[in-house]
Amino acid sequence: MMNTVKDNKQLSLVSLKEKVQEETKAIYAVEKFNLWYGENQALYGIDMSIPMNKVTAIIGPSGCGKSTFIKALNRMVELVPSVRMNGTVKYDGENIFSPKYKVEELRTNVGMVFQHPNPFPKSIYENVVYGPRTHGIKKKKILEEIAEKSLKEAALWDEVKDRLDENAFGLSGGQQQRLCIARCLAIEPDVILMDEPTSALDPVSTGKIEELVQNLKKRYSIVIITHNMQQAARISDKTAFFLNGQVVEHADTATLFSHPEDKRTEDYITGRFG
Amino acid sequence: MNLVDKQLVQRRRKKRLFSNRIMRQIFFSASVFGIVVLAVLLYRIFREGLPYLDIDFLTSFASRFPEEAGIKAAITGSVWLMAVTAPVSVVLGVGTAIYLEEYAKENMFTRFIRMNISNLAGVPSVVFGLLGLTVFVRLMEMGRSIIAGGFTMSLLILPIIVVASQEAIRAIPNSQYEASYAMGATKWQTIRRVVLPAALPGILTGGILALSRAIGETAPLLMIGALSFIAYLPENIWSGFTVLPIQIFNWTARPQEEFHLVASTGIIILLFILLLMNSVAVLIRHKFSKRY
Repeated sequence: MMNTVKDNKQLSLVSLKEKVQEETKAIYAVEKFNLWYGENQALYGIDMSIPMNKVTAIIGPSGCGKSTFIKALNRMVELVPSVRMNGTVKYDGENIFSPKYKVEELRTNVGMVFQHPNPFPKSIYENVVYGPRTHGIKKKKILEEIAEKSLKEAALWDEVKDRLDENAFGLSGGQQQRLCIARCLAIEPDVILMDEPTSALDPVSTGKIEELVQNLKKRYSIVIITHNMQQAARISDKTAFFLNGQVVEHADTATLFSHPEDKRTEDYITGRFG
Repeated sequence: MNLVDKQLVQRRRKKRLFSNRIMRQIFFSASVFGIVVLAVLLYRIFREGLPYLDIDFLTSFASRFPEEAGIKAAITGSVWLMAVTAPVSVVLGVGTAIYLEEYAKENMFTRFIRMNISNLAGVPSVVFGLLGLTVFVRLMEMGRSIIAGGFTMSLLILPIIVVASQEAIRAIPNSQYEASYAMGATKWQTIRRVVLPAALPGILTGGILALSRAIGETAPLLMIGALSFIAYLPENIWSGFTVLPIQIFNWTARPQEEFHLVASTGIIILLFILLLMNSVAVLIRHKFSKRY
């Protein structure tokens, strides 16, 4: 009897320790991050850490800064000419906005999947090997292996293996999005950023991509924006609720959806606004 | 109480339908007018020119005798001229377009370049001839050569190519850039592997249409002193030369009636070349155009 209690105690201690370790393994640390488009401030003092090898969902109403935030994580936001920012975003301990940090290096480690599938008007094969080619891999054999591996990981291989030379635009929307995921996996990133990857897709394709995300999180850290509460609840480990450019709440998904701390979070996830 | 007077509406209806029909006729006649004029022109040219059109016409040099006159030198000159103009204008034009669309920040200098390109497009071709004469023929001492003519023509069609290329580049959706940049590609890699392939059909189409304008231009080459009577083929880019439109112009300027007919034959050849180039442009646009 005594033994079991002791064991239990030890067990809980161990799990607590694991938990602490887990929380310290953050791939991104965002501190006091502000961002403006011209005169309009889009993000206000974001403090957030993104755990490694977990799925972090970002939810919030349209125009709340979700996309801006996720695009800041791989500096795609800089494609907007009028953008200004301060504060720090640390990836793997380094501030990605420091002048000597190379954006190409960041984007080699951080892949991105966009809201609308955006394959290149090239063959399926050429789409997948675009990234590795860009990074200087030229050997045909290696590229072919990369293509096969990535397409398999993206659960698209069986559907396209006989027509790799065909134009990617011939694929359906769901297939195109999985091709974009495969293209992103081909650069073997550590983090995958997904900006509403299923919003333009039908339920079947959505299901496939959700399943995919579940499989991918074993090896990748994933940040996913979604407008679909059920999707966030189903696939993520952590959820952050954005509102008006601020993080209202950031917690374990189970906690956030069952016991939201903030009234606004509760209103949003129960569909009372947004 | 009805606010709408049914009787009035009935009376007006006839008038409305009548003007509807009339308008259609007016617009139709407007479009037919151009075609009719072109048809008349073509009819005249073919009636006058066809009798002189044979292999000898293509393989003979210009001559004092109408029945012996040919356009060998002029065709060769035109080909040489295009061989200089095409690469120079395409390289300069596409380079300018890429700089303006991809690299240039919005500032005084960029605005200055943009403004000058549109100004350049509005300059009469004679002025380009004067420019070519001053800069290429005299200042750079190229003489009245193919290369001087080619450079002059390149400047003439440069704005057309720049604008066509700019439009082709601008038509590429942002998502294509994002896809490339998100994978860690540099700007140049993105331009080379995404932008240029996607813009190529538009650039080629614009380029060919610009060249077909250049091949029909006379004034600038008259200004730089292209010859009109040549009985030899150009040996290299430093040789003197003549081109089709100058040869045609020369024939029409002669007093003998027969030479006017020979000029018509030359026009047939020129039209044929133009048609061929435009068809190639259309073909390229159809074959390579990409939908996003």
